[in-house]
Amino acid sequence: MRHSLLPLIISLWVLVPALVLANEPPQKGSVIIRNGNLLTITNGVLENTDLWIENGVIKRIGKELNVPSDIPSVDANGKYVMPGIIDAHSHIALESVNEATSPITAEVQMADVVNPFDVSIYRALAGGVTISHAMHGSANAIGGQNVTLKHRYGSKSPSELFMKEAPRTIKFALGENPTRVHGRGKNLQPKSRMGVEAVIRNGFEEAKQYAKKWETFKSGKETGQSPPSFNLRLETLRDVLEGKIIIHCHSYRADEIYMLIELCKEYGIDKIVFSHVNEGFKVAPELAKYTMGASVFSDWWAYKFEVYYSTAYNAAILVRNGVLTSVNSDSGEVIRHLYHEAGKSQKYGDLSNEEALSLITINPAIQLGIDQWVGSLEEGKHGDIAIFNQHPLSIYAIPEMTFIEGVKYFDRSEDEADQRLKVDPTEKVETVYLHQETHNCMRDVDFFFTNFGRNLFEHKH
Amino acid sequence: MQRFTYIWFSLFIVLTPLGANAQIDGQIIKAEYGAFLLKNATLVTVSQGNLNQSDLLINKGKIEAIGKNLSSENAQTIDCTGKFVYPGLIDSGSKLGLVEVNSLPETQDFMELGEVTPNMQALTAINPSAVAIPVTRVNGVTTSLAIPQGGRFPGTAALVHLHGYTPDQMFAGFKAILMNFPSTAKRGSYDNRSDATIKKEAAEELDQINEVWDKAQTYHKIKEAGGTPAYYPEMEHLAKVISQEIPLIIEVNSAKDIEKCLDWLENKDFKVILSGVAEGWRVADKIAKAKLPVLTGPVFSLPSRQSDRYDAAYANPGKMLNAGVKVAIRTNQQAENTRNLPYHAGFAAAYGMGKDEALKAVTLNAAEIFGLDDQIGSLEVGKLANLFVSDGDPFETQTKVLHVFIQGYKVPMTSRQIRLYQEFLDRKPALLEEN
Repeated sequence: MRHSLLPLIISLWVLVPALVLANEPPQKGSVIIRNGNLLTITNGVLENTDLWIENGVIKRIGKELNVPSDIPSVDANGKYVMPGIIDAHSHIALESVNEATSPITAEVQMADVVNPFDVSIYRALAGGVTISHAMHGSANAIGGQNVTLKHRYGSKSPSELFMKEAPRTIKFALGENPTRVHGRGKNLQPKSRMGVEAVIRNGFEEAKQYAKKWETFKSGKETGQSPPSFNLRLETLRDVLEGKIIIHCHSYRADEIYMLIELCKEYGIDKIVFSHVNEGFKVAPELAKYTMGASVFSDWWAYKFEVYYSTAYNAAILVRNGVLTSVNSDSGEVIRHLYHEAGKSQKYGDLSNEEALSLITINPAIQLGIDQWVGSLEEGKHGDIAIFNQHPLSIYAIPEMTFIEGVKYFDRSEDEADQRLKVDPTEKVETVYLHQETHNCMRDVDFFFTNFGRNLFEHKH
Repeated sequence: MQRFTYIWFSLFIVLTPLGANAQIDGQIIKAEYGAFLLKNATLVTVSQGNLNQSDLLINKGKIEAIGKNLSSENAQTIDCTGKFVYPGLIDSGSKLGLVEVNSLPETQDFMELGEVTPNMQALTAINPSAVAIPVTRVNGVTTSLAIPQGGRFPGTAALVHLHGYTPDQMFAGFKAILMNFPSTAKRGSYDNRSDATIKKEAAEELDQINEVWDKAQTYHKIKEAGGTPAYYPEMEHLAKVISQEIPLIIEVNSAKDIEKCLDWLENKDFKVILSGVAEGWRVADKIAKAKLPVLTGPVFSLPSRQSDRYDAAYANPGKMLNAGVKVAIRTNQQAENTRNLPYHAGFAAAYGMGKDEALKAVTLNAAEIFGLDDQIGSLEVGKLANLFVSDGDPFETQTKVLHVFIQGYKVPMTSRQIRLYQEFLDRKPALLEEN
């Protein structure tokens, strides 16, 4: 009797908390936002209008809405309400970023390394950002699979942060980073932009052969055959070829962008977004016609040679050429003020308010394949919103509240300084960081970018 | 056949000059100098409030007159109706001009070997043709403090105007020796040193600094007594701080280090400016009491501690100001985005500093800290014509800067980034298939 109970007790002790953690569904809330200036993105600006979120979904937008009395109300009179900001390129909330062991690592998943305790999530919320695309780094020509996160800060289980509706995406990377890590760092292909093309092409060809082998096996034509060996890397690439996964490709120079456009055309791939894409402006007509667009920095340049011939007018040139364009952060610092980064497209190229705000809302939503749920204020979409005290494109705008599916995750008026979820008990004196960690593309492979043990320069993206 | 040759030849003759001109875009790419009359603007003087519908006359590099209905026979008149004139913005710390491409060691001229190199001159390494300089100045930033980095005493910083063909033409008249106060902050998460090690290292570094300082004092005393010490350029430069010829800019960031730095400065009598001061808000009263001015930034920074309020860096300049500290703002980021200085100031304004004070932090306060408030930092008669015309508040991203004057030169409103825009906005040929 004693012996038979012990395993049961142990398994209950292990299982019950695990079940509780795993089964807790993401919270959904109800709220009525009264009298705000609604920046809907897809339907203009609605002044002094109410927005009613019920059970996580925008139920109604209109004047003086009648709602049940138990729904909490937020007075947004004189304030600006916009859809939650979406960052199409981020590395926050990740335990590691680069699996730099091979030029192709399509088998790895960023979903496996999500860290829900990262205080960067809260800081992003404080900038009105509700969704980030947590990406693999840029060390490999074909990197790992990314995960789209909803910033449900406070959740202790990584999976609660996953945006379940989001389709699969994968990281590709061209140019200096993969050639430096593999070519110059390890004397492996790719060492040049020629090699990068070859690596990707070889990967696609191998995946085609792999798919064919399985097809043949499954067709049962050749009897008595054992099944081909399972290969997760090639499974993933096959899914890329079949259009089941959206490529988000780190890229800078026009030549390499053009190369991948041509390669994708050859393999019939049209689900591709170019990221950073500093010289995208040079191949804007091609990007417009053959891709899902570009996700750019507002104004970063000159941190390495391949971004020396950049222009802050990139976003505007792309938009004017009909390229679907978003502005991303690639940084735990910049993610906090994407609304300001979007605003720079007005200085550099005169985008309208709606065009500028689209860069951080509906456009990245389309690029992540989630625009039917988020990216604009529309009835039926998720209740992900940010409330600003002034128009978010003003430098003086301060984000005041951020909601995800009707649940408030940030409120400046109730903000307490210390928002850590997990405090290191061994840390007697709290660490002061001077050279701030910004969660960048080249995390975990920094050593390829140091000179004689002394990091002389920043080389992050 | 003959006729065709003739036509082709004629066409060639006619088109050749057009082709040649196309290379320079038909634009004036050289700065203009002389007399300029800015008519009917709102002058944001910074020192004396806003003057509505007023004129400003620039002549021979200076602001010659300010008032209503000014006239000048030979001045080029620029109608500024509905426009604003601001003093040129001053970045109180940047690597602009000292580096071209951050990751390429061949272009990094901001750092020398060695711990004690106060004799390294930023002004020597300033590249007047750095591509980032025009990119910066068309945003209204006319002046920036070029700062070397690395070691305990990295070198001598120099304030430069962002137009000129030699460093001396750009030099704005202020230099300072830099010192990095020993830091007990971590360099990043890769920094595995224990608290004890960090403390020990910082203490050793302070010992080194004291040792160097003793030497400099000895050197200074020998010179004061009329002696001629052996050639020792490091001490020659540090002695200038002791003799108050040149100020010392001390880079210090964490609260404890700032306190330690203030202790170190007790009984030392020379001109000191603090820089960085990321955690200044924690010890703002003490900085104010010590009457030390501060060059702080970047405002776009993460909080230095995980437990800090998310907006700690945005609010830092305002909190120091409110405690009575004189604050100037710097970008201190990689040279290329010194152009974002107005936005750093804008965020500081929104998070507690207020618009007027934030404007001062990038104009007059900087000029005062550098001892150049008789020359730059505000719109006043007799000051250098370092100013710009805009269609609104320069901190706002919607605002366009229309004209920039630096030391009286009307600089061309172009840069490589603008030229790329002009070339590629409407690319021809557009698509291969459509030709």
